[in-house]
Amino acid sequence: MKYWRLVLVGFSRKKFRTVLTIGSFAVAMFLFGLLAIIHLSFNQGIEIAGADRIIVMNKVSFIQPLPLSYDRQLADLPGVRQVTHATWFGGIYQDEKNFFPQLAIDVDTWRQTYDEFLVSDDEWKTFAADRQGAIVGEITAKRFGWKVGDRIPLKGAIFPGDWQFNIDGIYRGSRKADDTSAFWFHYDYLNESIPAGSSWKNVAGWYIVRLKDSGDAVQIISRVDAMYANTSWQTKTATEKNFYADFAKQMGNIQFLILSIGAVVFFTLLLVTGNTMAIAVRERTAELAILKAIGYSDTFVMMYILAESLIIALIGGLLGLGFAKLFTLSGDPTRGMLPLFYLPLNRMLLGVGAALLVGAIAGFLPALNASRLRVVEALRKV
Amino acid sequence: MFRLAVIGHGFHAVGLDSIARPIGRLPSSRRVDGRGDANTLISVRNLSKTYRRGSEEIQVLQGLNLDVDAGDSVAFMGPSGSGKTTLLNLLGGLDVPTHGSIRVAGDEVTSMSAGKLTAWRGRHVGFVFQMFNLIPVLTAFQNVELPLLLTRLSKSERRQHVEAALSLVGLADRMNHYPRQLSGGQEQRVAIARSIVTDPTFLLCDEPTGDLDRKSADDVMALLEQLVSSHKKTLLLVTHDPRAAERAQVVLHLDKGVLVEAQTTVGEQA
Repeated sequence: MKYWRLVLVGFSRKKFRTVLTIGSFAVAMFLFGLLAIIHLSFNQGIEIAGADRIIVMNKVSFIQPLPLSYDRQLADLPGVRQVTHATWFGGIYQDEKNFFPQLAIDVDTWRQTYDEFLVSDDEWKTFAADRQGAIVGEITAKRFGWKVGDRIPLKGAIFPGDWQFNIDGIYRGSRKADDTSAFWFHYDYLNESIPAGSSWKNVAGWYIVRLKDSGDAVQIISRVDAMYANTSWQTKTATEKNFYADFAKQMGNIQFLILSIGAVVFFTLLLVTGNTMAIAVRERTAELAILKAIGYSDTFVMMYILAESLIIALIGGLLGLGFAKLFTLSGDPTRGMLPLFYLPLNRMLLGVGAALLVGAIAGFLPALNASRLRVVEALRKV
Repeated sequence: MFRLAVIGHGFHAVGLDSIARPIGRLPSSRRVDGRGDANTLISVRNLSKTYRRGSEEIQVLQGLNLDVDAGDSVAFMGPSGSGKTTLLNLLGGLDVPTHGSIRVAGDEVTSMSAGKLTAWRGRHVGFVFQMFNLIPVLTAFQNVELPLLLTRLSKSERRQHVEAALSLVGLADRMNHYPRQLSGGQEQRVAIARSIVTDPTFLLCDEPTGDLDRKSADDVMALLEQLVSSHKKTLLLVTHDPRAAERAQVVLHLDKGVLVEAQTTVGEQA
């Protein structure tokens, strides 16, 4: 501890430069925080996907439906605990910019399949009894200021018409990462409204199959796809995790984009900090030489410079991540594109670790040079 | 009363005013003829230092012998490039010789590893440089405390030592001042306090008055003189300034890496 003062007073040497360097770290780590939020938002489903759920969808495309008759057939398969289905509605609330996912669901089986979403029994009972009823996630309810009892109009895009819904309940997630942006309503309300003969009559968007044992997933996936291999409605079945991963890929290679931006940011930061530390060491050549002359070891001098670099990284990193965290408190600024707009602790810790790593790498070479400094030569140059 | 207890270094408690090292009085000629006895504090034998500059080999010191007793004050004079500072650097363990031996208080300095040499410097050598080399963001107190941070002394013990050292150099009332708030002479006195705070075996001063005005230079030299006479410190001094040199007990001249003359000052003859 007695050496800390020596390290800390170093920052008062060139206050403006110290502030700028810390600021560089803060900006970079703020950006890191935002990238982490975006990455998390796109991959939320992958991370929290139910291990015991598989998704059955049309082999041609996710937007092609499957016959409603598959429901019973899937439920009869050995190892299947529960089957439910959902259909993408794609309605517009007031303005196209007000995006949020709307799903026509099977009210009888949905709740048993997705038990991580929490709705009170009373609300669910009301919803089940109300053909025009809807359950909305708390993020979306908060976003539009909806409350139970409100009547919500949606303009159908895939399913034309003006649709009216009653908010019967608001669901929340049991975990921080659960998506609470969706709007659920009765599949029957949708299906009944579709005219006979339409290709959308008596079909569902996709099926969600909950297994008795997640270890049977591979076997059941093969079995489902084999079962419909020679039909006109072939299926593509995957674990929920793989399903979300494929879905995220359709949005483009977000992972690559984020990694690329992150790498450029960190590399730039490395150069800025490395240069700052190199200048700091050059300016203090005589001081470092004196420290060595009076008995401070090469290792101490190296750790002294490294400690400075790490402290700058730590302060800047905490500031940047702190601002990113504060930024998330105001909610999703993308109007529903990133429903899970938050920065979890593990990402913040990752950010701090990344900042410290950059600080260590940036400080290493100047620290090494300082440790190798020869007192005689250093004092001769002064 | 100025007492230093360098407990952290594993020394017995000692005090600047209580060190009873025998004050040798070798005849000046004996200091450089390589025939000093076993009681000498610093014994240099056949010391050579060669630098390479490209393909050129520059011999800075050539087969130099030197004996310094505890409590001696020796000034090295000579023209630029004569090897004065190189000799001081070698004696202080800041550089290694090409050939020869340096023994200080029984320790063979030239055979020490870099790490050992660093620790040895911290224990045995007090450095004073021409440019003071104080750390500008530390107060006088904190600058003087720097060498003590390497010891196992407690905070309060360190404080006692630092206050004693600063009192000795007459800057007790300036301990919270930063170097920029001090005059050149005061800065050098802080540097001297830093050099003596661990009660080193000997002091090495490289042009300690080179950057000072006449008055400050006299004050600094008087202080160094006092450290030798009253506190029995051993002082080796490199200077271009004859007035500074004449305060030493012995003045040795270096020319082209050779000690060419051993001159005893008036004070010693008396």
